Amino acid sequence: MNIIDSVNAASLRSDVPDFRPGDTVKVHVNIIEGKNTRVQIFQGYVLGRQGQGVGETFTVRKVSFGVGVERTFPVHSPVIEKIEIAARGDVRRAKLYYMRDRHGKAARIKEKRDFKGAK
Amino acid sequence: MTATRNVKGLLGTKLGMTQVWDENNVLIPVTVVQADSNVVTQLRNADRDGYTAVQIGYGQIDPRKVTKPMAGHFESAGVTPRRHVVELRTADAESYELGQALSVEVFESGQKVDVVGKSKGKGFAGVMKRHGFAGVGASHGSHKNHRKPGSIGGASTPGRVFKGLRMAGRMGNVRHTTLNLTVHGVDAEKNLLLIKGAVPGARGQVVLVRSAVKGA
Repeated sequence: MNIIDSVNAASLRSDVPDFRPGDTVKVHVNIIEGKNTRVQIFQGYVLGRQGQGVGETFTVRKVSFGVGVERTFPVHSPVIEKIEIAARGDVRRAKLYYMRDRHGKAARIKEKRDFKGAK
Repeated sequence: MTATRNVKGLLGTKLGMTQVWDENNVLIPVTVVQADSNVVTQLRNADRDGYTAVQIGYGQIDPRKVTKPMAGHFESAGVTPRRHVVELRTADAESYELGQALSVEVFESGQKVDVVGKSKGKGFAGVMKRHGFAGVGASHGSHKNHRKPGSIGGASTPGRVFKGLRMAGRMGNVRHTTLNLTVHGVDAEKNLLLIKGAVPGARGQVVLVRSAVKGA
């Protein structure tokens, strides 16, 4: 399988930050309109990551004008300009599907506190 | 009968499938075929053989397993013995040289190819899996015949079952050709062909990649 791995290596991105479900991310997406390209930012929290390898995807959820919007991106997609981590979330699930049923104050994700440096 | 088309072909090993991004940023499923060590082992011409073709050899073989006649055959081409040999009927057989090494660059990306291989064996399979029969209803009084074929013909007329009627039996492990696949990429450095879609056979299977018979 080594040769297939070398084929895959060309399709994988090395600049993907280490982000987890619950993290708030800003996904900078390249939008191609005819000849022009512009960058659109999709900000929300990561609902989960699915799959592995080249086909790995992640779902970002946000509430826009009271309507929940979810968008799934391939992690290694060339369309993504960059992924910016705005906040780390403290969650106990790999898939945050329970967040779809929550509104208002209940739909908050606790921010992760890093106690490593506080010794 | 002489070949009127120029056919290019290579033998290779199916390594497996993966996905790659194309220029439109779409993920394309590809099969990776390694086609190294292809050589021309014999040339057929119209005068001597009555048709034009090129014979290519591929793959390593233990020298102890090479029979004396085959050893002589490879020696006359000036190449080391190969495990697999295949003949391609092509009109431009004169453009090849005996002993010439063929690289994956005979194909270019975007080209249509056919891939010949031996399909995975499925064992003794029923008619639903083997021939795509619809089976029998799951409910409405069906009893113990959900995957059966149903009727296989009339009664006293004709009084027999017609030959060739599709029934359960051994499935797979036969030569199969998948037509009109697209070459997505060619990696000359690693001798790899990336072919869009699936090709017959299991991983590690030897497959023949040749220019498409049908289509443009």
